[in-house]
Amino acid sequence: MGQYLVRMLLQVVPVMFLISIIVFVLVHVTGDPVNLMLPETATEEDREILRAALGLDQPLYQQYFVYIKNVLQGDFGNSFHYGEPALPLVLERLPATFELAAVAMLIGIVIAVPCGMISAVKRNTVLDVIISFLSVIGKAMPNFWMGIMLILLFSVSLGLFPVSGRGGVEHIVLPAFTIGIGLAAQMTRLIRSNMLEILSQDYIRTARSKGLREVLVVGRHAFRNGLIPVVTIMSLQFTSLIGGTLVTETVFAWPGLGQLLVTSVNMRDMAVVQAAVFIIALVVIVCNMLTDVVYRYLDPRIKYN
Amino acid sequence: MEQQIKKRKTTLWSLLWNSKLGSLGAIIVLFVVLVAIFAPWIAPYDPAALDPIKRLKPPFWMEGSLPEHLLGTDNLGRDILSRLIYGSRVSLIVGVGAVLVSGLVGTLLGLLAGYYGKWSNILIMRTADAFHAIPSLLLMLVMLAVVGPGLTTLIFVIGLTNWVSYARVVRGEVLSIKERDFVRAARAAGASNARMLFKHILPNIMSTFIVLSGMNVATTILMESSLSFLGLGIKPPDVSWGTMLSDGKQYIATSWWVSTFPGLAITITVLGVIFLGDWLRDVLDPRMKAND
Repeated sequence: MGQYLVRMLLQVVPVMFLISIIVFVLVHVTGDPVNLMLPETATEEDREILRAALGLDQPLYQQYFVYIKNVLQGDFGNSFHYGEPALPLVLERLPATFELAAVAMLIGIVIAVPCGMISAVKRNTVLDVIISFLSVIGKAMPNFWMGIMLILLFSVSLGLFPVSGRGGVEHIVLPAFTIGIGLAAQMTRLIRSNMLEILSQDYIRTARSKGLREVLVVGRHAFRNGLIPVVTIMSLQFTSLIGGTLVTETVFAWPGLGQLLVTSVNMRDMAVVQAAVFIIALVVIVCNMLTDVVYRYLDPRIKYN
Repeated sequence: MEQQIKKRKTTLWSLLWNSKLGSLGAIIVLFVVLVAIFAPWIAPYDPAALDPIKRLKPPFWMEGSLPEHLLGTDNLGRDILSRLIYGSRVSLIVGVGAVLVSGLVGTLLGLLAGYYGKWSNILIMRTADAFHAIPSLLLMLVMLAVVGPGLTTLIFVIGLTNWVSYARVVRGEVLSIKERDFVRAARAAGASNARMLFKHILPNIMSTFIVLSGMNVATTILMESSLSFLGLGIKPPDVSWGTMLSDGKQYIATSWWVSTFPGLAITITVLGVIFLGDWLRDVLDPRMKAND
Protein backbone atom coordinates (compact mmCIF):
# COMPACT_ATOMS: atom_id res chain seq x y z
CA MET A 1 0.00 0.00 0.00
CA GLY A 2 2.74 2.47 1.00
CA GLN A 3 4.81 1.56 -2.01
CA TYR A 4 1.78 1.93 -4.20
CA LEU A 5 1.11 5.43 -2.88
CA VAL A 6 4.69 6.47 -3.51
CA ARG A 7 4.46 5.19 -7.08
CA MET A 8 1.21 7.10 -7.61
CA LEU A 9 2.83 10.28 -6.30
CA LEU A 10 5.74 9.78 -8.66
CA GLN A 11 3.29 9.65 -11.56
CA VAL A 12 2.05 13.12 -10.67
CA VAL A 13 5.46 14.66 -11.29
CA PRO A 14 5.75 14.10 -15.07
CA VAL A 15 2.14 15.18 -15.63
CA MET A 16 2.63 18.40 -13.66
CA PHE A 17 5.92 18.92 -15.51
CA LEU A 18 4.13 18.67 -18.85
CA ILE A 19 1.40 21.01 -17.65
CA SER A 20 4.07 23.52 -16.64
CA ILE A 21 5.54 23.30 -20.15
CA ILE A 22 2.14 23.74 -21.79
CA VAL A 23 1.37 26.81 -19.68
CA PHE A 24 4.88 28.22 -20.17
CA VAL A 25 4.73 27.77 -23.94
CA LEU A 26 1.28 29.33 -24.11
CA VAL A 27 2.22 32.39 -22.12
CA HIS A 28 5.82 32.93 -23.25
CA VAL A 29 5.86 31.79 -26.84
CA THR A 30 2.47 32.42 -28.42
CA GLY A 31 2.09 35.89 -26.99
CA ASP A 32 4.54 38.48 -25.70
CA PRO A 33 3.91 38.64 -21.94
CA VAL A 34 5.02 42.27 -22.01
CA ASN A 35 2.13 43.12 -24.32
CA LEU A 36 -0.23 41.47 -21.87
CA MET A 37 1.15 43.46 -18.95
CA LEU A 38 1.56 46.92 -20.39
CA PRO A 39 -1.17 49.21 -21.68
CA GLU A 40 -1.28 49.73 -25.44
CA THR A 41 0.06 53.27 -25.08
CA ALA A 42 3.42 52.05 -23.70
CA THR A 43 6.48 53.04 -25.72
CA GLU A 44 9.04 50.60 -27.13
CA GLU A 45 11.49 51.84 -24.47
CA ASP A 46 9.07 50.91 -21.67
CA ARG A 47 8.72 47.47 -23.19
CA GLU A 48 12.48 46.94 -23.30
CA ILE A 49 12.86 47.95 -19.66
CA LEU A 50 10.11 45.60 -18.53
CA ARG A 51 11.48 42.81 -20.73
CA ALA A 52 14.90 43.11 -19.13
CA ALA A 53 13.40 43.36 -15.64
CA LEU A 54 11.43 40.15 -16.18
CA GLY A 55 14.39 38.37 -17.74
CA LEU A 56 12.56 37.97 -21.04
CA ASP A 57 15.71 38.87 -22.98
CA GLN A 58 17.30 35.62 -21.75
CA PRO A 59 17.26 32.42 -23.85
CA LEU A 60 14.01 30.48 -23.62
CA TYR A 61 15.35 27.48 -21.67
CA GLN A 62 16.81 29.80 -19.04
CA GLN A 63 13.49 31.58 -18.78
CA TYR A 64 11.85 28.21 -18.22
CA PHE A 65 14.28 27.33 -15.40
CA VAL A 66 13.64 30.63 -13.67
CA TYR A 67 9.93 30.13 -14.17
CA ILE A 68 9.85 26.57 -12.80
CA LYS A 69 12.03 27.59 -9.85
CA ASN A 70 9.57 30.30 -8.93
CA VAL A 71 6.57 28.02 -9.44
CA LEU A 72 8.06 25.38 -7.14
CA GLN A 73 8.39 28.05 -4.46
CA GLY A 74 4.75 28.98 -4.98
CA ASP A 75 5.66 32.24 -6.65
CA PHE A 76 3.51 32.89 -9.69
CA GLY A 77 4.14 36.61 -9.59
CA ASN A 78 1.83 39.39 -8.53
CA SER A 79 -1.66 39.93 -9.83
CA PHE A 80 -1.63 43.33 -11.50
CA HIS A 81 -5.30 43.79 -10.77
CA TYR A 82 -5.23 43.04 -7.05
CA GLY A 83 -1.57 44.00 -6.54
CA GLU A 84 -1.03 40.89 -4.40
CA PRO A 85 0.78 37.57 -4.91
CA ALA A 86 -1.35 35.36 -7.14
CA LEU A 87 -1.19 32.04 -5.26
CA PRO A 88 -2.86 33.17 -1.98
CA LEU A 89 -5.59 34.83 -4.04
CA VAL A 90 -6.28 31.50 -5.70
CA LEU A 91 -6.05 29.45 -2.50
CA GLU A 92 -8.50 31.60 -0.58
CA ARG A 93 -11.11 30.90 -3.28
CA LEU A 94 -10.72 27.13 -3.01
CA PRO A 95 -13.10 26.44 -0.06
CA ALA A 96 -16.05 28.03 -1.85
CA THR A 97 -15.42 25.94 -4.96
CA PHE A 98 -14.93 22.74 -2.94
CA GLU A 99 -18.17 23.38 -1.11
CA LEU A 100 -20.08 23.86 -4.36
CA ALA A 101 -18.44 20.89 -6.07
CA ALA A 102 -19.07 18.53 -3.15
CA VAL A 103 -22.75 19.40 -2.82
CA ALA A 104 -23.16 19.20 -6.61
CA MET A 105 -21.55 15.76 -6.73
CA LEU A 106 -23.79 14.59 -3.89
CA ILE A 107 -26.88 15.79 -5.76
CA GLY A 108 -25.63 14.15 -8.94
CA ILE A 109 -25.18 10.79 -7.17
CA VAL A 110 -28.50 10.98 -5.33
CA ILE A 111 -30.27 11.51 -8.66
CA ALA A 112 -28.18 9.25 -10.90
CA VAL A 113 -27.79 6.08 -8.81
CA PRO A 114 -31.52 5.37 -8.29
CA CYS A 115 -32.40 6.52 -11.82
CA GLY A 116 -29.71 4.36 -13.40
CA MET A 117 -30.68 1.32 -11.33
CA ILE A 118 -34.42 1.70 -11.96
CA SER A 119 -33.64 2.14 -15.64
CA ALA A 120 -31.69 -1.11 -15.69
CA VAL A 121 -34.11 -3.18 -13.61
CA LYS A 122 -37.15 -1.89 -15.51
CA ARG A 123 -35.30 -2.10 -18.80
CA ASN A 124 -37.25 -1.14 -21.95
CA THR A 125 -40.31 -0.05 -20.00
CA VAL A 126 -41.90 3.40 -20.15
CA LEU A 127 -39.97 4.36 -17.02
CA ASP A 128 -36.65 3.43 -18.66
CA VAL A 129 -37.49 5.41 -21.79
CA ILE A 130 -38.47 8.48 -19.75
CA ILE A 131 -35.28 8.37 -17.68
CA SER A 132 -33.11 7.86 -20.77
CA PHE A 133 -34.84 10.71 -22.56
CA LEU A 134 -34.44 13.08 -19.61
CA SER A 135 -30.76 12.25 -19.32
CA VAL A 136 -30.19 12.98 -23.02
CA ILE A 137 -31.91 16.33 -22.61
CA GLY A 138 -29.75 16.99 -19.56
CA LYS A 139 -26.66 16.33 -21.67
CA ALA A 140 -27.83 18.62 -24.47
CA MET A 141 -28.65 21.57 -22.18
CA PRO A 142 -25.77 23.99 -21.61
CA ASN A 143 -25.46 24.18 -17.81
CA PHE A 144 -25.32 27.97 -17.70
CA TRP A 145 -28.72 27.98 -19.39
CA MET A 146 -30.00 25.44 -16.88
CA GLY A 147 -28.80 27.84 -14.15
CA ILE A 148 -30.61 30.79 -15.70
CA MET A 149 -33.81 28.77 -16.08
CA LEU A 150 -33.59 27.66 -12.42
CA ILE A 151 -33.17 31.32 -11.43
CA LEU A 152 -36.20 32.20 -13.57
CA LEU A 153 -38.36 29.53 -11.97
CA PHE A 154 -37.22 29.42 -8.33
CA SER A 155 -35.93 32.95 -7.71
CA VAL A 156 -37.90 35.22 -10.02
CA SER A 157 -41.28 33.42 -10.16
CA LEU A 158 -41.44 31.57 -6.85
CA GLY A 159 -39.03 33.71 -4.83
CA LEU A 160 -37.70 30.65 -2.99
CA PHE A 161 -33.93 31.07 -3.36
CA PRO A 162 -31.56 34.04 -3.74
CA VAL A 163 -30.33 34.83 -7.26
CA SER A 164 -26.63 35.01 -6.45
CA GLY A 165 -23.84 35.12 -3.89
CA ARG A 166 -22.63 32.81 -1.15
CA GLY A 167 -24.01 32.63 2.38
CA GLY A 168 -26.49 30.28 4.01
CA VAL A 169 -27.83 26.96 2.73
CA GLU A 170 -30.36 28.73 0.52
CA HIS A 171 -27.54 30.23 -1.56
CA ILE A 172 -26.01 26.91 -2.58
CA VAL A 173 -29.23 25.15 -3.67
CA LEU A 174 -29.55 26.57 -7.19
CA PRO A 175 -25.89 26.51 -8.28
CA ALA A 176 -25.40 23.01 -6.83
CA PHE A 177 -28.49 21.69 -8.61
CA THR A 178 -27.37 23.34 -11.85
CA ILE A 179 -24.13 21.33 -11.81
CA GLY A 180 -25.67 18.28 -10.13
CA ILE A 181 -28.38 17.81 -12.76
CA GLY A 182 -25.76 17.97 -15.50
CA LEU A 183 -23.62 15.39 -13.70
CA ALA A 184 -26.63 13.13 -13.13
CA ALA A 185 -27.41 13.23 -16.85
CA GLN A 186 -23.88 12.05 -17.62
CA MET A 187 -23.79 9.35 -14.94
CA THR A 188 -27.27 7.79 -15.24
CA ARG A 189 -26.55 6.13 -18.58
CA LEU A 190 -23.22 4.73 -17.34
CA ILE A 191 -24.79 3.35 -14.16
CA ARG A 192 -27.59 1.79 -16.19
CA SER A 193 -25.30 -0.12 -18.54
CA ASN A 194 -23.15 -1.13 -15.60
CA MET A 195 -26.12 -2.50 -13.69
CA LEU A 196 -27.33 -4.37 -16.78
CA GLU A 197 -24.01 -6.12 -16.95
CA ILE A 198 -24.20 -7.11 -13.28
CA LEU A 199 -27.78 -8.38 -13.66
CA SER A 200 -26.60 -10.82 -16.33
CA GLN A 201 -23.95 -12.36 -14.05
CA ASP A 202 -24.09 -15.95 -12.84
CA TYR A 203 -24.43 -15.13 -9.14
CA ILE A 204 -27.58 -13.12 -9.84
CA ARG A 205 -29.05 -16.09 -11.68
CA THR A 206 -28.09 -18.29 -8.73
CA ALA A 207 -29.74 -15.91 -6.30
CA ARG A 208 -32.89 -15.90 -8.41
CA SER A 209 -32.93 -19.65 -8.88
CA LYS A 210 -32.74 -20.30 -5.15
CA GLY A 211 -36.02 -18.44 -4.90
CA LEU A 212 -34.84 -15.15 -3.47
CA ARG A 213 -37.31 -12.32 -3.83
CA GLU A 214 -36.46 -9.87 -6.62
CA VAL A 215 -36.17 -7.03 -4.08
CA LEU A 216 -33.38 -8.89 -2.32
CA VAL A 217 -31.68 -9.95 -5.54
CA VAL A 218 -31.49 -6.38 -6.77
CA GLY A 219 -31.16 -4.65 -3.41
CA ARG A 220 -28.57 -6.89 -1.83
CA HIS A 221 -26.69 -8.79 -4.53
CA ALA A 222 -26.74 -6.44 -7.50
CA PHE A 223 -26.77 -3.09 -5.72
CA ARG A 224 -23.64 -3.66 -3.66
CA ASN A 225 -21.59 -4.77 -6.62
CA GLY A 226 -23.10 -1.99 -8.69
CA LEU A 227 -21.68 0.58 -6.29
CA ILE A 228 -18.05 -0.20 -7.10
CA PRO A 229 -18.10 1.13 -10.66
CA VAL A 230 -19.99 4.20 -9.43
CA VAL A 231 -16.73 5.33 -7.85
CA THR A 232 -14.99 5.12 -11.22
CA ILE A 233 -17.89 6.84 -12.94
CA MET A 234 -17.66 9.61 -10.34
CA SER A 235 -13.95 10.05 -10.97
CA LEU A 236 -14.61 10.33 -14.69
CA GLN A 237 -16.85 13.30 -13.88
CA PHE A 238 -14.23 15.31 -11.99
CA THR A 239 -13.13 17.20 -15.07
CA SER A 240 -16.69 18.00 -16.11
CA LEU A 241 -17.41 18.93 -12.49
CA ILE A 242 -14.60 21.48 -12.59
CA GLY A 243 -15.79 22.73 -15.99
CA GLY A 244 -19.28 23.03 -14.51
CA THR A 245 -18.09 25.10 -11.56
CA LEU A 246 -16.13 27.43 -13.89
CA VAL A 247 -19.29 28.45 -15.73
CA THR A 248 -21.88 28.07 -12.98
CA GLU A 249 -19.94 30.24 -10.53
CA THR A 250 -20.11 33.03 -13.08
CA VAL A 251 -23.88 32.61 -13.51
CA PHE A 252 -24.55 32.76 -9.76
CA ALA A 253 -21.72 35.14 -8.79
CA TRP A 254 -20.43 32.37 -6.51
CA PRO A 255 -17.11 33.68 -5.13
CA GLY A 256 -15.02 30.64 -6.05
CA LEU A 257 -12.01 29.76 -8.15
CA GLY A 258 -13.99 29.60 -11.39
CA GLN A 259 -15.28 33.13 -11.08
CA LEU A 260 -11.78 34.41 -10.23
CA LEU A 261 -10.32 32.59 -13.22
CA VAL A 262 -12.92 33.88 -15.68
CA THR A 263 -12.54 37.50 -14.55
CA SER A 264 -8.75 37.15 -14.60
CA VAL A 265 -8.83 35.77 -18.14
CA ASN A 266 -11.05 38.67 -19.19
CA MET A 267 -8.55 41.14 -17.67
CA ARG A 268 -5.57 39.10 -18.89
CA ASP A 269 -4.23 38.92 -15.35
CA MET A 270 -1.81 36.17 -16.34
CA ALA A 271 -0.23 35.57 -12.91
CA VAL A 272 -3.62 34.63 -11.44
CA VAL A 273 -4.54 32.59 -14.52
CA GLN A 274 -1.36 30.51 -14.25
CA ALA A 275 -1.71 29.97 -10.51
CA ALA A 276 -5.36 28.93 -10.95
CA VAL A 277 -4.51 26.48 -13.74
CA PHE A 278 -1.81 24.80 -11.66
CA ILE A 279 -4.00 24.51 -8.60
CA ILE A 280 -7.01 23.17 -10.54
CA ALA A 281 -4.86 20.65 -12.42
CA LEU A 282 -3.31 19.51 -9.14
CA VAL A 283 -6.75 19.14 -7.53
CA VAL A 284 -8.02 17.07 -10.47
CA ILE A 285 -5.00 14.79 -10.38
CA VAL A 286 -5.19 14.29 -6.61
CA CYS A 287 -8.93 13.55 -6.84
CA ASN A 288 -8.28 10.96 -9.53
CA MET A 289 -5.63 9.33 -7.35
CA LEU A 290 -7.93 9.26 -4.34
CA THR A 291 -10.69 7.53 -6.30
CA ASP A 292 -8.15 5.00 -7.47
CA VAL A 293 -7.28 4.26 -3.84
CA VAL A 294 -10.96 4.04 -2.81
CA TYR A 295 -11.65 1.80 -5.80
CA ARG A 296 -8.93 -0.63 -4.79
CA TYR A 297 -10.22 -0.63 -1.23
CA LEU A 298 -13.78 -1.41 -2.36
CA ASP A 299 -12.79 -4.09 -4.85
CA PRO A 300 -10.17 -6.41 -3.36
CA ARG A 301 -9.89 -8.23 -6.70
CA ILE A 302 -7.67 -5.38 -7.92
CA LYS A 303 -4.06 -5.87 -6.89
CA TYR A 304 -1.68 -3.08 -6.05
CA ASN A 305 0.73 -3.84 -8.85
CA MET B 1 -19.67 0.05 -59.64
CA GLU B 2 -22.14 2.91 -59.88
CA GLN B 3 -25.02 0.57 -59.20
CA GLN B 4 -23.27 -0.73 -56.12
CA ILE B 5 -22.88 2.77 -54.72
CA LYS B 6 -26.53 3.50 -55.41
CA LYS B 7 -27.58 0.36 -53.62
CA ARG B 8 -25.47 1.25 -50.58
CA LYS B 9 -27.00 4.70 -50.47
CA THR B 10 -30.56 3.42 -50.50
CA THR B 11 -29.81 1.03 -47.67
CA LEU B 12 -28.31 3.86 -45.62
CA TRP B 13 -31.37 6.01 -46.25
CA SER B 14 -33.77 3.25 -45.34
CA LEU B 15 -31.72 2.54 -42.21
CA LEU B 16 -32.00 6.18 -41.24
CA TRP B 17 -35.72 6.17 -41.94
CA ASN B 18 -36.18 3.08 -39.77
CA SER B 19 -34.60 4.74 -36.74
CA LYS B 20 -37.04 7.21 -35.22
CA LEU B 21 -34.47 9.14 -33.19
CA GLY B 22 -31.97 9.00 -36.04
CA SER B 23 -34.41 10.57 -38.50
CA LEU B 24 -35.51 13.13 -35.91
CA GLY B 25 -31.84 14.05 -35.42
CA ALA B 26 -31.28 14.24 -39.17
CA ILE B 27 -34.31 16.51 -39.62
CA ILE B 28 -33.17 18.86 -36.84
CA VAL B 29 -29.60 19.03 -38.15
CA LEU B 30 -30.79 19.55 -41.75
CA PHE B 31 -33.11 22.33 -40.57
CA VAL B 32 -30.33 24.12 -38.67
CA VAL B 33 -27.96 23.77 -41.63
CA LEU B 34 -30.54 25.23 -44.04
CA VAL B 35 -31.30 28.10 -41.65
CA ALA B 36 -27.58 28.84 -41.37
CA ILE B 37 -27.03 28.79 -45.14
CA PHE B 38 -30.06 30.91 -46.02
CA ALA B 39 -29.88 33.22 -42.98
CA PRO B 40 -29.71 36.49 -44.97
CA TRP B 41 -32.89 35.57 -46.88
CA ILE B 42 -34.89 34.21 -43.94
CA ALA B 43 -34.01 36.71 -41.22
CA PRO B 44 -36.57 39.54 -41.11
CA TYR B 45 -34.02 42.06 -39.76
CA ASP B 46 -30.33 42.80 -39.64
CA PRO B 47 -29.27 40.92 -36.45
CA ALA B 48 -27.15 43.88 -35.33
CA ALA B 49 -29.71 46.61 -36.07
CA LEU B 50 -30.37 48.61 -32.89
CA ASP B 51 -33.71 50.18 -32.07
CA PRO B 52 -33.61 51.66 -28.55
CA ILE B 53 -37.30 52.66 -28.68
CA LYS B 54 -38.43 49.06 -29.15
CA ARG B 55 -36.18 47.48 -26.53
CA LEU B 56 -37.22 44.41 -24.50
CA LYS B 57 -40.50 43.81 -26.34
CA PRO B 58 -42.04 40.39 -25.53
CA PRO B 59 -42.82 37.61 -28.06
CA PHE B 60 -46.01 37.73 -30.14
CA TRP B 61 -48.42 35.94 -27.80
CA MET B 62 -47.84 38.31 -24.92
CA GLU B 63 -49.33 41.67 -24.13
CA GLY B 64 -47.36 44.64 -25.39
CA SER B 65 -45.71 42.69 -28.19
CA LEU B 66 -45.04 44.08 -31.64
CA PRO B 67 -46.32 42.03 -34.59
CA GLU B 68 -43.13 42.72 -36.59
CA HIS B 69 -40.92 41.14 -33.90
CA LEU B 70 -42.22 37.56 -33.57
CA LEU B 71 -39.96 36.48 -30.72
CA GLY B 72 -39.55 39.95 -29.24
CA THR B 73 -36.49 42.17 -28.93
CA ASP B 74 -33.48 42.26 -26.62
CA ASN B 75 -32.05 44.96 -24.36
CA LEU B 76 -30.80 46.99 -27.36
CA GLY B 77 -33.97 46.54 -29.39
CA ARG B 78 -32.45 43.93 -31.70
CA ASP B 79 -34.81 41.35 -33.24
CA ILE B 80 -34.38 38.04 -31.37
CA LEU B 81 -35.61 35.82 -34.21
CA SER B 82 -33.08 37.33 -36.62
CA ARG B 83 -30.29 36.92 -34.07
CA LEU B 84 -31.28 33.28 -33.47
CA ILE B 85 -31.17 32.65 -37.23
CA TYR B 86 -27.72 34.21 -37.61
CA GLY B 87 -26.47 32.53 -34.41
CA SER B 88 -26.89 29.11 -36.06
CA ARG B 89 -24.01 30.01 -38.38
CA VAL B 90 -21.48 30.46 -35.58
CA SER B 91 -22.60 27.26 -33.83
CA LEU B 92 -22.21 25.17 -36.98
CA ILE B 93 -19.00 26.80 -38.23
CA VAL B 94 -17.28 26.42 -34.86
CA GLY B 95 -18.83 22.98 -34.27
CA VAL B 96 -17.64 21.52 -37.57
CA GLY B 97 -14.44 23.59 -37.89
CA ALA B 98 -13.08 22.74 -34.45
CA VAL B 99 -13.90 19.05 -34.89
CA LEU B 100 -12.01 19.04 -38.19
CA VAL B 101 -8.98 20.64 -36.53
CA SER B 102 -8.95 18.23 -33.60
CA GLY B 103 -9.70 15.29 -35.91
CA LEU B 104 -6.79 16.17 -38.18
CA VAL B 105 -4.29 16.77 -35.36
CA GLY B 106 -5.46 13.81 -33.26
CA THR B 107 -5.58 11.37 -36.18
CA LEU B 108 -2.11 12.32 -37.36
CA LEU B 109 -0.63 12.00 -33.87
CA GLY B 110 -2.54 8.75 -33.29
CA LEU B 111 -1.22 7.34 -36.56
CA LEU B 112 2.35 8.31 -35.66
CA ALA B 113 2.11 6.89 -32.14
CA GLY B 114 0.47 3.66 -33.26
CA TYR B 115 2.49 3.04 -36.42
CA TYR B 116 5.99 4.05 -35.40
CA GLY B 117 5.69 3.28 -31.69
CA LYS B 118 8.83 3.67 -29.54
CA TRP B 119 9.69 7.22 -28.47
CA SER B 120 7.06 8.90 -30.67
CA ASN B 121 4.46 6.75 -28.94
CA ILE B 122 5.77 7.64 -25.48
CA LEU B 123 6.04 11.36 -26.25
CA ILE B 124 2.61 11.63 -27.86
CA MET B 125 0.72 9.51 -25.35
CA ARG B 126 2.32 11.20 -22.31
CA THR B 127 1.38 14.58 -23.76
CA ALA B 128 -2.12 13.23 -24.29
CA ASP B 129 -2.23 12.18 -20.61
CA ALA B 130 -1.20 15.65 -19.49
CA PHE B 131 -3.83 17.25 -21.74
CA HIS B 132 -6.38 14.83 -20.34
CA ALA B 133 -5.51 15.80 -16.76
CA ILE B 134 -6.46 19.43 -17.36
CA PRO B 135 -10.18 20.16 -17.77
CA SER B 136 -10.53 21.22 -21.41
CA LEU B 137 -12.49 24.36 -20.55
CA LEU B 138 -9.57 25.44 -18.36
CA LEU B 139 -7.05 24.94 -21.16
CA MET B 140 -9.26 26.91 -23.52
CA LEU B 141 -9.53 29.78 -21.04
CA VAL B 142 -5.73 30.00 -20.84
CA MET B 143 -5.33 29.93 -24.61
CA LEU B 144 -8.05 32.55 -25.10
CA ALA B 145 -6.43 34.73 -22.44
CA VAL B 146 -3.29 34.72 -24.59
CA VAL B 147 -4.69 34.97 -28.12
CA GLY B 148 -7.92 36.86 -27.44
CA PRO B 149 -11.46 36.08 -28.62
CA GLY B 150 -12.76 35.71 -32.18
CA LEU B 151 -14.27 33.16 -34.55
CA THR B 152 -11.04 31.75 -36.06
CA THR B 153 -9.15 31.65 -32.77
CA LEU B 154 -12.12 29.90 -31.18
CA ILE B 155 -12.07 27.15 -33.84
CA PHE B 156 -8.37 26.53 -33.27
CA VAL B 157 -8.50 26.83 -29.49
CA ILE B 158 -11.33 24.29 -29.17
CA GLY B 159 -9.81 22.13 -31.91
CA LEU B 160 -6.34 22.03 -30.38
CA THR B 161 -7.75 21.17 -26.95
CA ASN B 162 -9.82 18.18 -28.03
CA TRP B 163 -7.39 16.13 -30.09
CA VAL B 164 -6.70 13.65 -27.27
CA SER B 165 -9.73 11.41 -27.83
CA TYR B 166 -8.86 11.06 -31.54
CA ALA B 167 -5.20 10.29 -30.83
CA ARG B 168 -6.10 7.59 -28.29
CA VAL B 169 -8.76 5.88 -30.39
CA VAL B 170 -6.79 6.07 -33.65
CA ARG B 171 -3.66 4.73 -31.96
CA GLY B 172 -5.60 1.77 -30.61
CA GLU B 173 -7.11 1.05 -34.01
CA VAL B 174 -3.74 1.30 -35.75
CA LEU B 175 -2.18 -1.10 -33.27
CA SER B 176 -4.76 -3.75 -34.07
CA ILE B 177 -4.91 -3.10 -37.83
CA LYS B 178 -1.11 -3.20 -38.07
CA GLU B 179 -1.15 -6.89 -37.17
CA ARG B 180 -3.80 -7.86 -39.71
CA ASP B 181 -2.82 -10.01 -42.68
CA PHE B 182 -3.49 -7.49 -45.45
CA VAL B 183 -1.20 -4.96 -43.79
CA ARG B 184 1.54 -7.54 -43.31
CA ALA B 185 1.12 -8.56 -46.95
CA ALA B 186 1.42 -4.95 -48.10
CA ARG B 187 4.57 -4.54 -46.05
CA ALA B 188 6.03 -7.77 -47.43
CA ALA B 189 5.28 -6.46 -50.92
CA GLY B 190 7.54 -3.51 -50.08
CA ALA B 191 4.99 -0.72 -49.62
CA SER B 192 6.46 2.52 -48.30
CA ASN B 193 5.50 3.83 -44.87
CA ALA B 194 3.44 6.65 -46.36
CA ARG B 195 1.60 4.22 -48.60
CA MET B 196 0.96 1.87 -45.68
CA LEU B 197 -0.39 4.68 -43.52
CA PHE B 198 -2.58 6.50 -45.99
CA LYS B 199 -3.59 3.72 -48.39
CA HIS B 200 -4.01 0.74 -46.07
CA ILE B 201 -4.50 1.93 -42.51
CA LEU B 202 -6.27 5.28 -42.81
CA PRO B 203 -9.28 3.99 -44.83
CA ASN B 204 -9.85 1.37 -42.15
CA ILE B 205 -10.21 3.90 -39.36
CA MET B 206 -12.61 6.17 -41.27
CA SER B 207 -15.76 4.80 -39.64
CA THR B 208 -14.25 5.23 -36.15
CA PHE B 209 -13.32 8.77 -37.15
CA ILE B 210 -16.85 9.60 -38.27
CA VAL B 211 -18.44 8.13 -35.14
CA LEU B 212 -16.10 10.06 -32.86
CA SER B 213 -16.70 13.27 -34.81
CA GLY B 214 -20.46 12.97 -34.46
CA MET B 215 -20.15 12.98 -30.66
CA ASN B 216 -17.53 15.73 -30.70
CA VAL B 217 -19.65 18.16 -32.73
CA ALA B 218 -22.25 18.11 -29.95
CA THR B 219 -19.73 18.87 -27.18
CA THR B 220 -18.02 21.50 -29.34
CA ILE B 221 -21.27 23.40 -29.89
CA LEU B 222 -21.79 23.38 -26.11
CA MET B 223 -18.21 24.57 -25.52
CA GLU B 224 -18.55 27.42 -27.99
CA SER B 225 -21.72 28.60 -26.30
CA SER B 226 -20.10 28.35 -22.85
CA LEU B 227 -17.05 30.36 -23.91
CA SER B 228 -19.17 32.98 -25.66
CA PHE B 229 -21.39 33.15 -22.58
CA LEU B 230 -18.29 33.88 -20.49
CA GLY B 231 -17.42 36.70 -22.91
CA LEU B 232 -14.36 34.88 -24.28
CA GLY B 233 -15.72 33.42 -27.50
CA ILE B 234 -17.47 35.32 -30.25
CA LYS B 235 -17.23 39.11 -30.29
CA PRO B 236 -19.85 41.46 -31.78
CA PRO B 237 -20.94 42.02 -34.53
CA ASP B 238 -20.85 38.21 -34.90
CA VAL B 239 -23.88 36.67 -33.21
CA SER B 240 -23.59 33.61 -30.97
CA TRP B 241 -26.36 31.94 -28.98
CA GLY B 242 -24.03 31.96 -25.97
CA THR B 243 -23.51 35.73 -26.19
CA MET B 244 -27.27 36.27 -26.53
CA LEU B 245 -27.76 34.29 -23.33
CA SER B 246 -25.29 36.35 -21.38
CA ASP B 247 -26.93 39.57 -22.70
CA GLY B 248 -30.29 38.29 -21.47
CA LYS B 249 -29.10 37.15 -18.07
CA GLN B 250 -29.23 40.65 -16.58
CA TYR B 251 -32.83 41.09 -17.66
CA ILE B 252 -34.05 37.71 -16.44
CA ALA B 253 -36.30 39.25 -13.78
CA THR B 254 -38.29 41.31 -16.29
CA SER B 255 -37.69 39.84 -19.75
CA TRP B 256 -37.40 36.05 -19.63
CA TRP B 257 -37.53 35.62 -23.42
CA VAL B 258 -34.14 37.21 -24.11
CA SER B 259 -32.23 34.32 -22.52
CA THR B 260 -34.82 31.55 -22.97
CA PHE B 261 -34.93 31.31 -26.78
CA PRO B 262 -31.17 31.05 -27.44
CA GLY B 263 -30.90 28.34 -24.76
CA LEU B 264 -33.70 26.41 -26.47
CA ALA B 265 -31.91 26.80 -29.79
CA ILE B 266 -28.68 25.35 -28.35
CA THR B 267 -30.46 22.46 -26.61
CA ILE B 268 -32.49 21.45 -29.67
CA THR B 269 -29.49 21.68 -32.01
CA VAL B 270 -27.30 19.63 -29.69
CA LEU B 271 -30.10 17.06 -29.23
CA GLY B 272 -30.32 16.73 -33.01
CA VAL B 273 -26.58 16.19 -33.32
CA ILE B 274 -26.61 13.62 -30.47
CA PHE B 275 -29.49 11.64 -32.05
CA LEU B 276 -27.84 11.67 -35.46
CA GLY B 277 -24.46 10.80 -33.94
CA ASP B 278 -25.89 7.86 -31.97
CA TRP B 279 -27.54 6.53 -35.09
CA LEU B 280 -24.29 6.87 -37.07
CA ARG B 281 -22.49 4.98 -34.32
CA ASP B 282 -25.01 2.14 -34.34
CA VAL B 283 -24.79 1.81 -38.12
CA LEU B 284 -21.05 2.30 -38.67
CA ASP B 285 -19.58 0.81 -35.56
CA PRO B 286 -21.89 -1.66 -33.80
CA ARG B 287 -19.09 -2.57 -31.39
CA MET B 288 -19.35 0.86 -29.77
CA LYS B 289 -23.08 0.49 -29.24
CA ALA B 290 -24.07 1.09 -25.65
CA ASN B 291 -25.34 -1.85 -23.65
CA ASP B 292 -29.00 -1.94 -24.64
